[in-house]
Amino acid sequence: MEDIIEGRVWTLGRDVDTDQIISGKYLTIIDPNELKKHVFEIALPEFAAQARTGDILIADENFGSGSSREHAPQAMRAIGVAAVVADSFARIFFRNAINLGLPAIEVRGVRAIFETGDVARIEMRRGTVTNLRTGASVPFPPLPPHLMRLLEAGGLVEKVRQELEARKASPGASP
Amino acid sequence: MSPQNGHGMTLAEKVLARTSGAERVVPGEIVEGAVDLAMMHEQGAQTVAPFHQMGATEVWDPDRVVIAIDHWVPASTEGAAVLHRILRKFAAETHLPHFYDVGQHGICHQILAENGWVVPGDLAVGTDSHTNMLGAMGAVAAGIGPTEMAAVLALGRLWLKVPSTIQIRVRGTLGRGVTAKDLVLRILGEIKTTGATYKAIEYTGPTIAALSMPERFTICNMTTEMGAKCGMVAPDAKTYAYLDGISKHAMHPLQPDADAVYDRVIDVDVDGMPPMVACPYSPDNVRALPDVVREHVKVDQVFLGSCTNARIEDLREGAALMKGQKVASGVRFIVSPASTKIYEQCLKEGIIETFTEAGAVFTNSSCSACFGGNMGILAPDEVCASSSNRNFPGRMGAKEARIYLLSPAATVAAAIRGELADPRDFM
Ligand code: SF4
Repeated sequence: MEDIIEGRVWTLGRDVDTDQIISGKYLTIIDPNELKKHVFEIALPEFAAQARTGDILIADENFGSGSSREHAPQAMRAIGVAAVVADSFARIFFRNAINLGLPAIEVRGVRAIFETGDVARIEMRRGTVTNLRTGASVPFPPLPPHLMRLLEAGGLVEKVRQELEARKASPGASP
Repeated sequence: MSPQNGHGMTLAEKVLARTSGAERVVPGEIVEGAVDLAMMHEQGAQTVAPFHQMGATEVWDPDRVVIAIDHWVPASTEGAAVLHRILRKFAAETHLPHFYDVGQHGICHQILAENGWVVPGDLAVGTDSHTNMLGAMGAVAAGIGPTEMAAVLALGRLWLKVPSTIQIRVRGTLGRGVTAKDLVLRILGEIKTTGATYKAIEYTGPTIAALSMPERFTICNMTTEMGAKCGMVAPDAKTYAYLDGISKHAMHPLQPDADAVYDRVIDVDVDGMPPMVACPYSPDNVRALPDVVREHVKVDQVFLGSCTNARIEDLREGAALMKGQKVASGVRFIVSPASTKIYEQCLKEGIIETFTEAGAVFTNSSCSACFGGNMGILAPDEVCASSSNRNFPGRMGAKEARIYLLSPAATVAAAIRGELADPRDFM
């Protein structure tokens, strides 16, 4: 994970739930590259066709509420979303995103300073999001060290893999 | 608002302290908890690839893993058939004996409840957001994603941020035709869908004490709609009676301390409360049902099912209203029991006959019409009265379709009248 993430912005409203990110009819799709074709079909229909790698999503409160479907952050990652920033997140979405290595950043008041098409600059360690068009900026408390380490490892899969390997190397050592 | 030294712990804090081996924990702290029970449904198929990518080969404790397929049972699409096959193969390879396959199937949360898989004091996780339902056992029960589940299967533990706890104290007596579902809708109307994000909820008070276990399941189930990490009821004689002879592992009957520190306390008085309804397009858009009934909301489909309200008690209550009545013409009424055991019980009690004679479709046990990917899918602009837990746009099919969330009795009333109706008119 980069300390500084810059990208083109797509904005979303409040309470965008996982049904609006990947609807129930696509839940049997496992391949993220298939899934990404349907991402935000309900909340932002033009997104899937126009998204570019490195785009940043900026949403209002309660982003990702609803079911535990990991399809939602998976599809977002597959289509190349670099980060998702929201006034607040629903609990499982937040966990899923971080575990997949997709930076999910809670920033109170962020939605109000962006419009679709703006360019955002996120400084992870300093804890600021800036609109490079208007110069407006909002601070946020950086992620706790535990979660920063998870993102830096590239997600949970990589982190557990390292742990299991370490265990094999020194059997008997407690985790 | 973390507790000062010497202050007590809430129920969620007690469970997380126990499972992480700490003397005490405080809200905001990140702990590693040892998992007592891990549950997977179809979404568990997405656990298999990350499990292998992690280099894991063995599951930490096969006796603490339950697989219960429920969303598409029997498989209704080729995609679902593939998910089922991935899970069967994984269960065989990693020697997971507790697989509730077609024939023993049911909605995953009901399978956990009726087979005693989650007991007081447990830390339970599942690949479904309504795993919260099992908090009614006095456990911390939370939904997690499949990648995280892969880590749990490999290591038997996961990271958790200790939530602060909202205490909801309920007093008063539920009137005739007013149910636990109406109560939880009323609470949702106050707390809203974001009111408890990242938090635990402890339900307490004389009304909660008077509720049966199935009613407590309904309440804890919809904790998910409040955004909470878990919703819990401290164990009491009813919990132990329910689990008597079925519990699958040892319990830790923890209670909250009398001097526990709460994030906030919400008092709810149910005396005189009417039946409630959550209107489109959010479970917190709650109004008194009689007010909405006056607006003559016609329905195209009615669904009595889901993990929220398709237990034998719900179906009995529904059948009692349905008896001798007919489903209104032009209305499709789908009734789906929450498990095969409940299905069999309905068969014995003549409940299936009551519904089918009235013109309803009584289906095999599954999530059924609840989530818009299996059956009973709504066309644009159709209206559905449902005993389930979500009415977001697109939840049961077309995004324009309108879903009203109600008690089981109120769904039957809607099926009979062809529009939203007050169940008390039929009692
Ligand atoms: S019945 Fe509905 S809410 Fe419950 S697990 Fe199934 S899809 Fe989810």
